[in-house]
Amino acid sequence: MALIEIKNAYMGYEGKTVLSDINIKIDEGDYVCIVGENGSGKTTLMKCLLGLLPVQSGSVSFGCGLKQNEIGYLPQQTLLQKDFPASVSEVVLSGCLNKRHTLFYSKEQKETAAKNMELTGVYSLRKRCFRELSGGQKQRALLARALCATHKLLILDEPVTGLDPKAATEMYALIKKLNKSGITIIMVSHDITASVNNASKILHLSGKNYFYGTAHQYLHSDVGKKFMITDCPCDDCRHKSAEVL
Amino acid sequence: MDILTEMFSYNFIIRAFIVGVLVSLCAALLGVTLVLKRYSMIGDGLSHVGFGALAVAAALNLAPLEVAVPVVVVAAFLLLRLSENSKINGDAAIAIISSTALAVGVVCVSISGVNTDLNSYLFGSILAISNADAIMCAVLAVAVISIFILFYNKIFAVTFDESFSKATGLKTGAYNTVISLLTALTIVIGMRIMGTLLISALIIFPALSSMRVCKKFKSVILCSGVLSVLCFFIGMCASYSLDTPTGASVVIVNACVFVIFWIIEAIRTRQKLKA
Repeated sequence: MALIEIKNAYMGYEGKTVLSDINIKIDEGDYVCIVGENGSGKTTLMKCLLGLLPVQSGSVSFGCGLKQNEIGYLPQQTLLQKDFPASVSEVVLSGCLNKRHTLFYSKEQKETAAKNMELTGVYSLRKRCFRELSGGQKQRALLARALCATHKLLILDEPVTGLDPKAATEMYALIKKLNKSGITIIMVSHDITASVNNASKILHLSGKNYFYGTAHQYLHSDVGKKFMITDCPCDDCRHKSAEVL
Repeated sequence: MDILTEMFSYNFIIRAFIVGVLVSLCAALLGVTLVLKRYSMIGDGLSHVGFGALAVAAALNLAPLEVAVPVVVVAAFLLLRLSENSKINGDAAIAIISSTALAVGVVCVSISGVNTDLNSYLFGSILAISNADAIMCAVLAVAVISIFILFYNKIFAVTFDESFSKATGLKTGAYNTVISLLTALTIVIGMRIMGTLLISALIIFPALSSMRVCKKFKSVILCSGVLSVLCFFIGMCASYSLDTPTGASVVIVNACVFVIFWIIEAIRTRQKLKA
């Protein structure tokens, strides 16, 4: 059974329908990038998966024992967080709240938080103030928080926005590492080159249509060609960027 | 010392003092969340609505709190909804509601013809505190403080990142509702001492001051609670010995503390830049 199955789903907000008749299966261990222009419905789809928006019709169902509140979510940073006084460990620990409802954090939850901070490389920063971190450090702290909430699935909303190239590369490497350790990744992205290089599957949304397939299939598809900046890696492929241009 | 013993020999001062300390504590705790969520102006708007309600109650000869509490609670829900709804400009909505309520209040006061009340509503009076107020205030304070301790971690999560909290199954709507309900109650009770125009200072100042120097959420909360109570105490003593209005004195003390903390922050950042 698939980890996520979207069947005949119509999605939108405030009475508008942005996405029509979406049928997608995401398997365990997949690395899916959702790409498309602004307003094409990337965020709407993501919000429906997270349960922040209801599906207008059709269904979104989870398999493999995944529960709705066990999705690790890395949202875009809000303006509000810019001057928020909180230590890194306070932020990361808040990801554990979906597990058990106790008054204070249990020893187990603290250990989970410490483990995930080590994993994303922010353990040494745990006592620092969140607002004083660099962009890349902030993202890694928020990724650690997301990992506290999940064992199976991460949904990342433009995780490299605002990062310098070095921090962005590190972020992509970290995401890849997490994916290899068995966590399914769904990432909303504007960076098509990086998406094609990293992801196993691409979901391209545009208007009423969408493309869903492997990164390789995407490079050969009509929609993919238009955005292709890198060469297709296969030897006998005619889709070289020079020809497209 | 003599002033203190003299001050606390009056019953009405003890009553006002207890209510003031409890309201300061509640306002400071709620204030941290409100300021961080950019809802500071909701406190201001609610106090104006409270003024309108008190004035209407006085004109109709009704008990002031029994009218003001439900009206302000309803207004709190309304303002929160407006702020969440991106279609309507939250700022403008608060301004409209608060000035309308203020206008209604002023008209009511002038029709009923008691002008001394207007002054005490707008700028507060420690004489306005009855025994019933003191009891209600104690109940409110216990509620706010216990809710804060019980749900501390969740309040942090909802304040820091609402969409993440919602995605991981926290009932963010319920927490927002509880916070606005408690804010409404704190404001209605606090505005009797502090006055309509000054009560929002009690919510905003302690949080802003402690955010200058504290780096952890927990220390911000503790610091603003302590600051708020301390400032109220100093302000009230000053108001007694210098014969100045209580509410205004408390606000001035709060403002001084804010400036001091701001300077501390500036010095710290400068030292860091040098190092």
